Amino acid sequence: MATSKVTTATFDAEVLKSSTPVLVDFWAEWCGPCRAVGPILEEISDEYGSKIKIVKLNTDEESAIAIKYGITSIPSMYVFVNGEVVTQIVGAKPKPALLKDLASFLA
Amino acid sequence: MSDVRNVVIVGSGPAGYTAAIYAARAQLDPIIYEGSVTAGGALMNTTEVENFPGFTDGVMGPDLMDSMRKQAKRFGAELITDDIVEMDLSGDIKVLKDGSGNTVKAKSVILATGSAYREIGLVNEKRLSGHGVSWCATCDGFFFRGQTIAVVGGGDSAVEEATFLTRFAEKVVLIHRRDSLRASKIMADRAKANPKIEFMWNTEVIDVLGADKVEALKLRNTVDGTESERAFTGLFVAIGHIPRSELIIGQIDLDNEGYVICEGRSTRTNLKGVFACGDLVDHTYRQAITAAGSGCAAALDAEKFLAH
Repeated sequence: MATSKVTTATFDAEVLKSSTPVLVDFWAEWCGPCRAVGPILEEISDEYGSKIKIVKLNTDEESAIAIKYGITSIPSMYVFVNGEVVTQIVGAKPKPALLKDLASFLA
Repeated sequence: MSDVRNVVIVGSGPAGYTAAIYAARAQLDPIIYEGSVTAGGALMNTTEVENFPGFTDGVMGPDLMDSMRKQAKRFGAELITDDIVEMDLSGDIKVLKDGSGNTVKAKSVILATGSAYREIGLVNEKRLSGHGVSWCATCDGFFFRGQTIAVVGGGDSAVEEATFLTRFAEKVVLIHRRDSLRASKIMADRAKANPKIEFMWNTEVIDVLGADKVEALKLRNTVDGTESERAFTGLFVAIGHIPRSELIIGQIDLDNEGYVICEGRSTRTNLKGVFACGDLVDHTYRQAITAAGSGCAAALDAEKFLAH
């Protein structure tokens, strides 16, 4: 399953009310490490899409949400379960390291 | 893949890509592991590079790296966007493992893994990383629009970051533990002329304060030892780099700061068939052009080694 784009308008339904865990990738076009980690998140979404939903939030276009969650570094990857942030991953990481950080959601 | 390659290049900044260009043109059929999230190296997080020869009007760091990458590809270098996670460099045939679990064997290896950001080493620096503490001005400057932020450091990267951050911040305070900058004069002069930049000399950061996000810094004067606090919402750390030699500790001779030791003016390490270049070996210059130069030397040294 490919990642999808989330906006301020869809955040509530797509993220906060999701029945599966959701990883929100806070990113922007001009951020090199965000572009580097993007394809890795696509792979994880393809492989583990049934366990975790991965959505991308563009911090340029949707700054209200980024501010609400206190994002000051990108990429930041926050995992939401039942509307709460349960895991925060800051900075681009190789796939094995991301899988390790997300292990409890992928089992 | 079970065949033995002539040369594997690990790392993909100016050093790695230049080594790939030269090795490919020497028909050594190189394979280069660019890194899964670090491809392109440190220059990927910079903006304008004004001092790389041949670019009259400057060039964006990521564009420069993209050009080098394409140039390596044009001559047939095999580019792999993955990390090397294990290396056994001791034998005549070097064995390397990548992040996907594949093994590659080679007669020679060129190490160009570059350097990582140096941390101040404070517990709260780590805790508030991503909550006001940042190592990448080009990534994160945007989030500090209209705020007062601190940059720690006194070299080119600190001054460049401070100057870049004035696009967003209301005020940028450059905190440096000495009383003068190490940065190149043109960059230092530009920063000093910038009305949004304030300098705090002879000052070091001893703690980062804030419950969920950066609220203030605890500072110490390096001359008289007096301590003080000052409110900031962001802290950008630019106090230099450490060589990324963790995978080869115990295999290759390193100096006491972790840089690979090369023989004389060559790129030869103490292990036969293993060469090192770029920021991994360079205490002194650490420029894109010097890294590219040493990447070229490493490819030529490897070519000579393989010919024997």
